[in-house]
Amino acid sequence: MKTIINLIVNDQPVEAAVEPNRTLLQLLREDLGLTGTKHGCGLGDCGACTIIMDGQPVNSCLVLAVQANGREVLTIEGLADNGKLHPIQQAFVDNGAIQCGFCTPGMILSAKALLDENPRPTENEIRTAISGNLCRCTGYQKIVEAVQEAAKSIDGTEVS
Amino acid sequence: MSEFSVINTRAPRLDGPAKATGKAKYADDLSIPGMLHGAILQSPIAHGRILHIDTSRALKLPGVKAVVTAKEAGLIKYGVSPARYDETLYAHDKVRYVGDEIAAVAAVDPATAQEATGLIKVDYEELPAVFDMFEAMKEGAPLIHDEFPGNMNAEVHQEFSDTDGAMAACDLVVDHTFLNKRQDAAFIEPHSCLAVFDSDGRLTLHTSTQVPHYVMRTLAMVLRIPVGNVRVVKPYVGGGFGPKCEATPLEMSAAFLARMTGKPVKMTYSREQVFLHSRARHQFYAEMSLGVMKDGTMVAVRNKAILDGGAYTSFGIATVYYSGSLLGGPYNLKAMKYDGYRVYTNKPACGAQRGHGGVVHRAAFEQLIDLTAEKLGIDPVEIRLKNIMQAGDITVNDLNMSSLGMKECIEAVRDGSDWKNKKGKLPKGKGIGMACGFFVSGAGYPIYRSDTYHSTVVIKMSEDGGTATVLTGSAEIGQGSDTIVAMIAAETLGITLDNVRVVSGDTDLSVDLGAYSSRQTLMTGHATKEAAEQIRTRIAEVLSEEMGCEPSSITFRDGIVMFDGKPGNFEKLRSSYIKEHRGWTDPPTGDYLTFREAARLAYLKGGTMVGTGKYKPPKLGGAYKGAAVGTSPAYGCSAQIVEVSVDMDTGEITIDKMTDAHDCGLAINRTLVEGQMQGSLSMGLGECLFEEVKFDSRGRILNPSLGEYRIPTSLDMPSVKSIIVESREPNGPYGAKEVGEGAIMPTIPAILNALYDATGARINELPVTSERLYLALQKNKTEQNL
Repeated sequence: MKTIINLIVNDQPVEAAVEPNRTLLQLLREDLGLTGTKHGCGLGDCGACTIIMDGQPVNSCLVLAVQANGREVLTIEGLADNGKLHPIQQAFVDNGAIQCGFCTPGMILSAKALLDENPRPTENEIRTAISGNLCRCTGYQKIVEAVQEAAKSIDGTEVS
Repeated sequence: MSEFSVINTRAPRLDGPAKATGKAKYADDLSIPGMLHGAILQSPIAHGRILHIDTSRALKLPGVKAVVTAKEAGLIKYGVSPARYDETLYAHDKVRYVGDEIAAVAAVDPATAQEATGLIKVDYEELPAVFDMFEAMKEGAPLIHDEFPGNMNAEVHQEFSDTDGAMAACDLVVDHTFLNKRQDAAFIEPHSCLAVFDSDGRLTLHTSTQVPHYVMRTLAMVLRIPVGNVRVVKPYVGGGFGPKCEATPLEMSAAFLARMTGKPVKMTYSREQVFLHSRARHQFYAEMSLGVMKDGTMVAVRNKAILDGGAYTSFGIATVYYSGSLLGGPYNLKAMKYDGYRVYTNKPACGAQRGHGGVVHRAAFEQLIDLTAEKLGIDPVEIRLKNIMQAGDITVNDLNMSSLGMKECIEAVRDGSDWKNKKGKLPKGKGIGMACGFFVSGAGYPIYRSDTYHSTVVIKMSEDGGTATVLTGSAEIGQGSDTIVAMIAAETLGITLDNVRVVSGDTDLSVDLGAYSSRQTLMTGHATKEAAEQIRTRIAEVLSEEMGCEPSSITFRDGIVMFDGKPGNFEKLRSSYIKEHRGWTDPPTGDYLTFREAARLAYLKGGTMVGTGKYKPPKLGGAYKGAAVGTSPAYGCSAQIVEVSVDMDTGEITIDKMTDAHDCGLAINRTLVEGQMQGSLSMGLGECLFEEVKFDSRGRILNPSLGEYRIPTSLDMPSVKSIIVESREPNGPYGAKEVGEGAIMPTIPAILNALYDATGARINELPVTSERLYLALQKNKTEQNL
């Protein structure tokens, strides 16, 4: 028995009919074609499916689509502004924070949720904020550096 | 002015924006209208005879389109090395581990396919199983493959000079044993693929692989179709680290099901299935002795290895050779003896993982050096400096160190970590340790015996002369190979990086053995350079005719052309280019002829301009059995120093700092080099401190998830200081060599040596969990009190 849900995805209203066991991750990837959100484990262990729901970073594999009813969802596809990379995306590109790229969308959204709440985080606060996003390629060093640079860049924009 | 304008910089990787925006497509992101979904039935028992398989109920389930078992797929044996083809796609007589594939189903959606696998009825006669490699070697142990008595999958015996004699003449011989645990590569992207057969019987397989070329060959063999009818296309890949270096049952099942149904079939492993497929780091038991003179001069090494191979060979033959051959350097030795045994057990097969075959024996050996140095009262850094090889040295087992910045690496980490003020001066519970290592820059020989080129590359110029497209079968898996070949092409052509496009990972484009053994910078790099040189030469010839000058007087750099270093009189060429492209918004400007104008001229003279390049290593290595494994045109090397804190009451370990130096030859891209170094440290740290695939008493994996199988998080990694050492490798393109795997070699022993420095406890079994260290500390205390 399908349920009709209404939510906002990347600033666009979405209406969908979903089975009760359909996850938000499946809705995004399979029904809406937003494959930038990655499926790494399906158990909430790896963080590759991280999206931002009502301002909070969540593992979309652990959220049922019906639970997203009435919510506002931001995926990686909604971050760049008319083709211009968001400062966090730009910092990831510039600092070598991306290798295979599979953790990148989730990692960037965890970083965004952090910087939205805490624009000037310490290194330890950054490491804590992304500790639910596993990366096997980079050793995290350049990711931490990218988030630091993005923080400065966003901070600088707001001051000026 | 720097010698180079594109390479040796920190150019951002080409695929960065696609990956940062979610536009990059990975295998599981692909879909084709009307495609079916596949699922695999895997054995629930570790060892058993298959008495009967009944697929009738599965076939009757609405939505199921095909079921394939050994009966339909046949019994073609395959594997990695033709010397040990010991797998069939589906088990037919026996299952040999929990997870062994029995059948696959294609259905209209993943849930139906999965449900159908549960309707396939398999009758087993359960057989006694063996899970421990030492048990498997004992007489009377359950036999896993009839053809391999004693479960002995492969045995290696090598000796270089008289080891016993050399040992007898030593002042001191120190022994050590070491045991690691089976690791999982834990790439974040599970394997996924999409197989499509066209009406002409031609297969296209989109798949998450490190080696499109080998997958193509295995598929052709197992599906009994010509190699020319198989095209393997690698989309973006979410990490590989070794286990994606061979054709998988997933890929072959998808191909069979696509052929049977006439529809595209997509299949993706669950995370649990990634663990079951495994093909990751073996468990190794190392037993070794080092003989030295009083002054610390190393003389001889005796090395024995036992490897738990799991149920099939995979890369295992190479692995068991590497455990021996990779102790040949980076220290001078007079004699070396190696005995290696790879044993079958009823567990998933192990294969290649970052630092293939070398990591665990390197860990044991670098601990042994510290043990020896302590007995001799020599500083660990000094004993290594005393014994290291130099460029031009050849190991006892005939590996040629054509460049080797080992000394520079050791000095860089010694000075970069302030070793001299820390070693022996830290309080109890704090420690510092070091280790070294080296690794191949590409295997000297292909996996199958062949005279094939290891890499070929095609570069094609656009008709306007403005864009060079590099076509290569090489595999970008995150390490940055696309960016490296683009940089080498741009540098060689004398154009800027944004004028190069790379199309890669497709077996229709060129031959490339793929992303394993840290080979692509050197080998694909060579082929790219040669292809670009061909184009550059052709353009220079055309220009020389047109301008009436010698080709040797023409140079290309940053997209402009110089004649004897000057602009030359090129006005006629420019006005004709502009005339040809009337109305274009980007006419060539500036005081110099542009590469674009020159390349257009070459096109007008001879049609579409294509350059081709190729590379295979010269004949390498000695003449003894197994001499091929360990050979390479070049070797990277590294040194690391790790600082740790240990809670002496609980055994809790904190890695405070890591200082890492790696000689990668000329660094084509400095950011990417550091990325490989830092990623290697992270994987080594995980294996050292917490990674272990665990099994229950019936051979089922207890922790097949990224929650219970713990890999390092951002909180486990310390701040890392990465120092790039750049020797110029004579056999590498522009002097470049490897970084992807050599950088992991010293990590585990550097941590273990630091833990010993901090606690006085010598740990010889991984992972060093707090519990293991706590027990070792307790044991030390008890012994001191006796």
